[in-house]
Amino acid sequence: MQYWIIQTLNSLALGGLLFLLAAGFSLIFGLMRIANLTHGSLYMLGAYVGVTILKFVPNLWLAALIGGAVIAVFGGLIERFILRALAGNALGQVLVTLGISFIVADFCLIVWGGDPIPVQTPLALQQPLRIGGVAFPTYRLVVLAIAVVTAIVLYVLMERTRIGAMIRAGVDDMPMARAVGIPVSKLFTAVFCLGAGLAGAGGIIGGPIMSAYPGLDADMLPLALIVVILGGIGSLLGAFVGSFVIGAIYTFGTALLPDLAYVILFLPMIVVIAFRPRGLFGRRTV
Amino acid sequence: MTFNRRRFIQAAGAGVSASAFPSFAFAQSSPIRLGLMTVKTGPLASGGIDMERALVQYLKERDYMMAGRKVELFVGDSGGVPAQSRTKLQELVERDKIQIMIGPLDTASALASDDYIRSQQLLTLSVAAAEDMTQRKPNPWFTRGTSTSSQSAQPLADYCAKTLKFKRMITIADDIAYGHEMCAGFQRVFEDAGGKIVQKLFPPLTVPDYGTYIAQLKTNVDAIFLGFAGSNGFRFFRQFNEYGLRGKIAVVGGMTAFDEAVLRNMGDEALGIITSCWYSAEIENAINKRFAANFRVDWGYDPGFYAAATYVEATVLDATLQKIHGKIEDKQAFMKTVRAIKVDTARGPVRFDHLGNVIGNVYIRKVERKDGRLVNTVIYTYPDVSQFWTYKEQEFLKNPVYSRDWPPAKNLES
Amino acid sequence: MTKWARWIVLAAGLAALPWVAGEYYVNLTSQIFIAAIFAASLNLLVGYGGLPSLGHASWLGLAAYLSAWMSLKLGLGHWATAPAALLATTLVACAFGWISLRATGLGFLMITLALSQVLWGTAYRWVSVTDGDNGLRGLTRPAPFGWSLDSAASFYYFALAVTVVAIFLMAMFVASPFGAALRGTRDQPRRMSALGHDVWTIRWVTFVYSGFWGAVSGLLFVYYNKYIHPASLSITSSAEALLGVIAGGSGTLAGPIVGAAIIMLLKNYVSAYVERWNMLMGFVFVLIVIFVPEGVVPGARRLWARWRAR
Repeated sequence: MQYWIIQTLNSLALGGLLFLLAAGFSLIFGLMRIANLTHGSLYMLGAYVGVTILKFVPNLWLAALIGGAVIAVFGGLIERFILRALAGNALGQVLVTLGISFIVADFCLIVWGGDPIPVQTPLALQQPLRIGGVAFPTYRLVVLAIAVVTAIVLYVLMERTRIGAMIRAGVDDMPMARAVGIPVSKLFTAVFCLGAGLAGAGGIIGGPIMSAYPGLDADMLPLALIVVILGGIGSLLGAFVGSFVIGAIYTFGTALLPDLAYVILFLPMIVVIAFRPRGLFGRRTV
Repeated sequence: MTFNRRRFIQAAGAGVSASAFPSFAFAQSSPIRLGLMTVKTGPLASGGIDMERALVQYLKERDYMMAGRKVELFVGDSGGVPAQSRTKLQELVERDKIQIMIGPLDTASALASDDYIRSQQLLTLSVAAAEDMTQRKPNPWFTRGTSTSSQSAQPLADYCAKTLKFKRMITIADDIAYGHEMCAGFQRVFEDAGGKIVQKLFPPLTVPDYGTYIAQLKTNVDAIFLGFAGSNGFRFFRQFNEYGLRGKIAVVGGMTAFDEAVLRNMGDEALGIITSCWYSAEIENAINKRFAANFRVDWGYDPGFYAAATYVEATVLDATLQKIHGKIEDKQAFMKTVRAIKVDTARGPVRFDHLGNVIGNVYIRKVERKDGRLVNTVIYTYPDVSQFWTYKEQEFLKNPVYSRDWPPAKNLES
Repeated sequence: MTKWARWIVLAAGLAALPWVAGEYYVNLTSQIFIAAIFAASLNLLVGYGGLPSLGHASWLGLAAYLSAWMSLKLGLGHWATAPAALLATTLVACAFGWISLRATGLGFLMITLALSQVLWGTAYRWVSVTDGDNGLRGLTRPAPFGWSLDSAASFYYFALAVTVVAIFLMAMFVASPFGAALRGTRDQPRRMSALGHDVWTIRWVTFVYSGFWGAVSGLLFVYYNKYIHPASLSITSSAEALLGVIAGGSGTLAGPIVGAAIIMLLKNYVSAYVERWNMLMGFVFVLIVIFVPEGVVPGARRLWARWRAR
């Protein structure tokens, strides 16, 4: 019984972390039709930048906000100067985002070295939570809470603000949105910044669990892809649900069928694209 | 000026050989071309960079001279990809014409390069731990001064059973050959000494989170053995603590789980962890004291597994070259000499078995705080440990190679 | 010079290489040939079919592993393992094609990536068959008609011959009416459908044909290295091929070959001189995409034409 409780909590916690990563990716993919293969690198860069910020500002949450802002600016620069020049060239955008991910990965290696760098869990949250004989890391539950809060904030942003309406319009029908006078270019930059910022902040928030290490980008990117495809592109609800579904599949699958670990992770994505290309909640097909 | 008999004989000998063997004399004046096959980009980069730093330190200490000849160093970066490793090696051999290689770093690269080493008859001093290259499929040009995957784990199993008196243990390691071999060796010795391995876990090498594995750990055990490589041991251990298991289950580690490189980023939670390795920066011999101190001055941290590996291999190379008067062109003489050599190195005294694998000390270490930093203090030394532990070589080799399934784990509990 | 004459001159020049260059360069060029076939086969799908795939490494890896496994575990000779590996891989391509073509565009990209990752994961975990992270080693090169391929030069000529045949057949494919129909489905799928072409089948056939040549490059790969490891099935492997195709110029025959050569040279040759070659590779691709977005070969042609027209 204890085992099942812990594994359930594990899946929820992992789902929360994945949501922070996938939400940004889903927005960018949905609105701008760009498969931002730099997303994993932005997450990793966020984690590393967070490590440095923490040296001066020893508060994890502040560091996450500042770090997220830094990565958002970086993302904005990429979008404004590189991706915009390639509008319409989908393959080129794929190539460029891959190229940038190489550069970022090597840059991190030069600046922060090849060793994994731990991120300290905030002191108050270091002791595990003990309820009824079950011990579970407090911090992971906090991450879950943050993910839920972020989801709510994003939901409010999407559904209740003018900007959100404009974004949704752009996701649904880009030419019409343009025709109606929505400033699509500015919107693109804003969304890319938002997505990048979420990834960067996610990297710092995930730091105490995963640390910052070379290869973090390659580990996280496929997960973001799987979540977004499963949940549906451009749909926040899809990213939310998808994150927890993948969290559960990964956690229980690895425990019950360890030899098929990689296979079970990708199987949902294949099944979804093959039989329901728009994903669980997507508004358009991929 | 005093008459130096040794120098006279050396000079006379050189004169004689110069006249009788002109080609050798010509070769004497050209530099020895040494190749270092390492990993400088990607997830394994940390160890690979240390390999280069320590080797360069060794060469610098001697003004890039060994046995009277200049040494030229060529460094190859495989990025941790085995096919790339082989290609880089071809470049070092065919373009840079290296005569001897130190490395490669990882097992898969060593296996990928195996046939090339044989066909080129390339002298190799390896860092990689691939067991069969000095066991059932021995490569005649391959000498290893570090350890096989299980060589350093088997003494630890003995220590756990007999000194620490553990009875029930879990093993967990990366799901790669290195992890399988190490845990298999540990399990065999531990169970032969009366212990029981009740659970074996092998998470994939690149897994972002260990939560799901930690949840599966049985808690009614004495200790858990970590056979991770790279940064995984450290990451697992942090999460292990966060799940409240610290203090409930003792933690022991293999030779790469809590290496000095990883230790420098850890805190007090690491105190008291016991590991085994063929090296520790705290070994108290003259060579190591100098090596570790200089390394610390240059780079600001203690040398660990990978740095010590190349420094030791360089010491072995130097000693062998001295014995054959620098004639590295004579490959047969080199191989015969290196496998018969006995030399003192930073890891202690070293010699090789007839398959090319090292026989040397294995140290049981405990993490302690000294001078404000974490170190692996040596608490016990197993001398003269070979790749076969106390088993007879013939019998050992008749068994299949250590793997996930061999020796079969008879005491697993579901 | 006519187009064919240019290719023949190139082939002749390449045939002379072992006489003038050292073993290292001969080996490097052999590897470029293998990468060229790999990239060119991908180009059939990406450039001419308009279907970007991030799973091309599947074919290289599958053929390589099948050949290796059959010779190691079943003890079969190359005359048996080569056709068997090619056939089996092509059959898998039929199946994967059927699944992948449920989507187009980025969805197609994702499925091919996912399927390739499934194969990669299987290669790593199914240790009893693939020996996991150790890879399969102790392999041999074939000796067609008794001609040993163990020396650098003999393998080079073998690879050159295979490459010439491969490129020729792919060129025929592209120039044929089928190839024209394929390009039609790339540019105007709906119109092609309205005209009565079975767009799905055209794409599927191309997918399988592309997989076949990918398998050929896989056999050459395992013969050259005499070793196969799951890393060859990784995303990186597929991504490098895709980068090579796009950077070289996806709509042309020569483009992917040039692109593959660029990547090979960066990885192997340049990395000896530049320590941060990974970053350099990233910059090279970003610059190529920005300044010659259609690829190096068409871009060079464009610049050449502009210079001529001054």
